Amino acid sequence: MDFDLSEEQRMLKESVDRLLEDRYSFEQRKTYTKAPDGWSRELWQQYADLGLLSVPFDSKYGGFGGGPVETMILMEAFGAALVLEPYFATVTLFGGCVRIAGTEAQKDALLPKIGEGKLLGAFAHSERNSRYDLADVQTTAKKDGSDWVLDGEKTVVIHGDCADKLIVSGRISGGQRDKDGIGLFLVDAKAPGVTRKGYPTQDSLRAADITLKGVKVAAGDMLGESGKAFPIIERVAQSAIQALSAEAVGGMQEMLDITVEYLKTRHQFGVPIGSFQALQHRAVDMLVATEQARSMAMFAAMMVDEKDDAERAKAINAVKVHIGKSGRYVGQQSIQLHGGIGMTLEYKVGHYFIRSTMIEILFGDTDHHLAALARAGGLIAPGTTA
Amino acid sequence: MDLRFTPEEIAFRNEARTFFEATLPPDIRRKQMLGQRLTRDDMVTWQRILNKKGWACPMWPKEYGGTGWDAVKYFIFKEEGYRAWAPDVLGHNIQNVGPVICAFGSDEQKAFFLPKLRNLDLWFCQGFSEPGSGSDLASLKTRAVREGDHYIVNGQKLWTSGGHHADWMYALVRTDTGVKKQAGISYLLFDMKTPGVQVRPVVTLDGHPYTNETFLDNVKVPVKNLVGEENKGWNYAKFLLGNERAGIARVGLTKARVRLAKALAERVYVDGAPMSENRQFREKLAAIEVELKALEITNMMVVAGMKKGGAKHDPRTSVLKIKGSEVQQASLECQMELAGPDAMARQVGFMEAKVADAIGREGMANSAPNYYFSRVLSIYGGSNEIQRNIIAKAVLGL
Repeated sequence: MDFDLSEEQRMLKESVDRLLEDRYSFEQRKTYTKAPDGWSRELWQQYADLGLLSVPFDSKYGGFGGGPVETMILMEAFGAALVLEPYFATVTLFGGCVRIAGTEAQKDALLPKIGEGKLLGAFAHSERNSRYDLADVQTTAKKDGSDWVLDGEKTVVIHGDCADKLIVSGRISGGQRDKDGIGLFLVDAKAPGVTRKGYPTQDSLRAADITLKGVKVAAGDMLGESGKAFPIIERVAQSAIQALSAEAVGGMQEMLDITVEYLKTRHQFGVPIGSFQALQHRAVDMLVATEQARSMAMFAAMMVDEKDDAERAKAINAVKVHIGKSGRYVGQQSIQLHGGIGMTLEYKVGHYFIRSTMIEILFGDTDHHLAALARAGGLIAPGTTA
Repeated sequence: MDLRFTPEEIAFRNEARTFFEATLPPDIRRKQMLGQRLTRDDMVTWQRILNKKGWACPMWPKEYGGTGWDAVKYFIFKEEGYRAWAPDVLGHNIQNVGPVICAFGSDEQKAFFLPKLRNLDLWFCQGFSEPGSGSDLASLKTRAVREGDHYIVNGQKLWTSGGHHADWMYALVRTDTGVKKQAGISYLLFDMKTPGVQVRPVVTLDGHPYTNETFLDNVKVPVKNLVGEENKGWNYAKFLLGNERAGIARVGLTKARVRLAKALAERVYVDGAPMSENRQFREKLAAIEVELKALEITNMMVVAGMKKGGAKHDPRTSVLKIKGSEVQQASLECQMELAGPDAMARQVGFMEAKVADAIGREGMANSAPNYYFSRVLSIYGGSNEIQRNIIAKAVLGL
């Protein structure tokens, strides 16, 4: 048992921390949100130059060959800086689909380009009716000779507005919510029949609603086997939750630090408000929640590659439940302990609160994952002994 | 980063598992599982089994009977014990007075007491709290005045847990009234049979005479029973803080309780279906399991850090006390809710004789008293509010 980072991991952490410290102050971030894409293309290239965009990819594809721990390191740093760039959409979701289900040819074609910063991707899966049900796909995929034709609408596709390529889920057979009969397709974002409507999300990130009308996809651009995409989607969602859990911890630690700093410097009644016990205890409970969340982010890193499907799924459910609850608690208290200043967008703490609220929604909220975990029998098997 | 145990640790875990399964007397195991109180004999029996194996006081210095384990191994040992429903050893002997004597006692005290503490030949109780001194322990008033070769002790101690079983007491007494309150306290040991010691049982909410108040009326204590130096007692008591970090959260015990609750839930019917299929109940348990998993990882991080000789003020340590008590409490609340009306009859353990395999609705008969008693987990050893005060100051710098 060893919770220390390896030399390589420490270096990765140092390089990302240093870059973000230089380039991601609250004020700098504000200027990035005003760029045409809502994030900084220049920083994206810097991430590529530092090798950050290839972290989870095998060295065969020019990657860093990192695993969940490396992802945790990066996402925690991104969470602490409220990074706007489409790392999660491109590397975790789009890259994750390719990494998990792509053929050699597809990996060769796509992963090195992602790593070099030359390809942006998005995962066009969720739909207006699907909510958190990963199997709920109405977009149709119909065979046309050896090709496929996609028709339907995808909603809140994270960073779908700037993506060069999309991975789109489509129903090949079966009913709207059947796990069987789903396919994943690589689609050029500018292909005929693709219409994108981009917009900012609550957390100053970007998303798009995407309409697909008679979009043609070549046979070679299907990911995985025909109709068997659900397990891939599940794996990608689990990787996404692992990444989000680390991002959430980065944000929670910042909210705690900013709040404690405020308690020390804000004076009322002639004393720092941090001298009041009611506020001290609240801050301690924020610390407890943050530390417990950090443990769950570790658990996520430990379990996201677990081979037993049921164990892995339950572990990730548990992680999302904790992250959702602790993120909400730390976020709410950070606003409360600041008082009025916590309510304004001019001050940074609220931005963390907003992002952590969105993280709770992404890939299933607390209630959703608690219900799933409970249905699956929880983490501990019944018995009178072990 | 590797979150798995090493092969050596896994081998040790298997050794511990086999040991607990083979040696824990079935009747003690059953009482533990059913949440019944252990007798003095039960405690003595079990601790002597451990002592025979050399495992009664793992974290003491090796020369005094410790095992030389690192924190990870100790954690594994504790977890495996809970998994098998093994009781804790008598904490007063092993986690309190024992380590203090090891560190500060005279050679004579070490030679006399340490073997008896390990083997539970002497049962110690604690004389710290007083009616007027709870969280503000250093304000204690019990007075010890030196007269020749003796101290004459007068005062009143409260919450003398196990005092009715005890042979000896380790007590904090005031030996100097003219200095800062922490600086006038000494650490004394005395025989409970000494004239002037009177123990009155205090029945706790669970209906048991778990604790006591102890009156000390001109109790004559030989000076050789002073531990360390006069007026340094507060330092010795403080030395213990954080001593039991590795096992304080009792993750394994809560795990065992959740496991049992799930097994019982299969036999408790509500509206024609087992509770184990009731969505609300399952989600309540699942929420506890999530907190418990986070606590387990936190605990592992703390012991891994201790093994490496890491920071003494790891903020996660305090998480273990606060969250550990809260999660234990939640699991016991849940057991009582599962019992429903079966929790109501007051005869503690009344179904014991009928419990063949220690499972069934009868297993819930103690759930209400155990729930009441679990409230103490966030009170004793420094209440959770005191813990928060400490973290606010030491970790957050408030």
